[in-house]
Amino acid sequence: MIDPEPLWLTAKLALITTVILLILSVPFAYWLAYTKAKGKTIIEAIVSMPLVLPPSVLGFYLLLAFGPSHFFGKFLENYFDVRLVFSFAGLVIASVIYSLPFMVHPIQSGFAGLSPSLREASYTLGKSKWQTVTQILLPNMRPSLLTGIVLTFAHTIGEFGIVLMIGGNIPGETKVASIAIYDEVEMMNYNNANVYASILFIITFVILLTVYFLNQRFSRSSYI
Amino acid sequence: MMHCKLYKTLQTSQGPIELDVFFETEQGKLVALYGASGAGKTTILRMLAGLTSPENGEIIFENETWLDTKRKFNLPPQKRKVGFVFQEYALFPNMTVKENLSYALEKGESKIIVEELMHVMDLEQLQNRKPDTLSGGQKQRVALARALVRKPKLLLLDEPLSALDTEMRLKLQDHILKLHKEFNLTTILVSHDFSEIHKMSDTIIILENGKIRSTGIPSEVLLNQQNSKDINLTGDVVQLENDSNSCVVSISVGNNILKINVDEKELRKINIGDTVFISLKALNAVIKKIS
Repeated sequence: MIDPEPLWLTAKLALITTVILLILSVPFAYWLAYTKAKGKTIIEAIVSMPLVLPPSVLGFYLLLAFGPSHFFGKFLENYFDVRLVFSFAGLVIASVIYSLPFMVHPIQSGFAGLSPSLREASYTLGKSKWQTVTQILLPNMRPSLLTGIVLTFAHTIGEFGIVLMIGGNIPGETKVASIAIYDEVEMMNYNNANVYASILFIITFVILLTVYFLNQRFSRSSYI
Repeated sequence: MMHCKLYKTLQTSQGPIELDVFFETEQGKLVALYGASGAGKTTILRMLAGLTSPENGEIIFENETWLDTKRKFNLPPQKRKVGFVFQEYALFPNMTVKENLSYALEKGESKIIVEELMHVMDLEQLQNRKPDTLSGGQKQRVALARALVRKPKLLLLDEPLSALDTEMRLKLQDHILKLHKEFNLTTILVSHDFSEIHKMSDTIIILENGKIRSTGIPSEVLLNQQNSKDINLTGDVVQLENDSNSCVVSISVGNNILKINVDEKELRKINIGDTVFISLKALNAVIKKIS
């Protein structure tokens, strides 16, 4: 029998990453969608980098940054007694950075896709930016929010390279399902690897199927 | 009394133009803004609502300063007592008709005004419907009612009736006039339709390339604008024919294609797609009542 812990750890990591990213991405995507600031293009390029950069590159630099021999890692260890390399907290931070574009892009295009007159109508009705975002904009871009949430969750489940670089393979701390598969294969336990792999396979398929199904329903009731 | 002086360089499809206007109007009047697209009509409305900032300008509405660029003062749209009806209605798709209206209420404010407006605009039957299920005329009525929930003193209408058929147009014109009087509003209406302007407005402002070309009482301005012996039309050239004995230009005007004989010299100046001005003598025109 396989050890279920890597699966729980994967789910926990994906859930925490998704929640953090959702909270961060809504204001960030709002800014990206509406700002006319000059630095916007550069920031958009930086946000998109995890899409094309090998996870090992990102993992390597995070390993350096989080490691106790470098400034940031030393600072955290000395002042907060926190060590991010080979820890779950480090994995969460790495996942947040690595999955950032998967949350920001759909929400940004969701904001950009709404007619500007919805926002302006709300302002002329005396409502603040906050009321406009929470009561008008977000409810009218539910498919984009859903896409961002699901893509982030699914992408975090699929992380491998970056986890290996900065998380290592500590059972109950950083040994997520994708690492467990690698581990079992290394030890020639193909049966166990197959169980982990097929569970991930099915979960990912079900998640994506749900998104497409819900998006179809949303668009039929024309919420977009 | 509204006093309004606005200056801004606008980027239009025909290149940059300078919007530079000054006008004043008394309280309770209905003013029509007329002009070709790109003349700056919508921009003026947006500046009055606080949605677009002019480079220079001053707006004083009933002794209250809304904008004074010299003092770097610009009241945000939330604080100006305006009702704005957008050309594409801008109803909130996630809310029902009633929720769209109630959204405009202040926190804790009584819903009586919502009920009253739904009654006046004949929306009670539709109150639980979502905007997507409404026709153009119904959406427009909701947009009008919603714009009045905050009891604005200035109502801004951006071509509110342009997308509607004639019957609905006439009905809504009456609705607008009724609201304008009942709520004692100062109303600014952007319109392309002379008969609409003639019927509804006290004053017309004709804009051309960002400047006011003429202003006054509609019947006088519109009659002076063109010699009444001529019928003036504008249209788009769709076809040019040039055979040995005649040159014919086909021009699309409204729903009609007019074929007009011209000199060969004239023909050379015209290209397909050009917008042209047609002047016809009206001496033998026949008018027949059809409805």
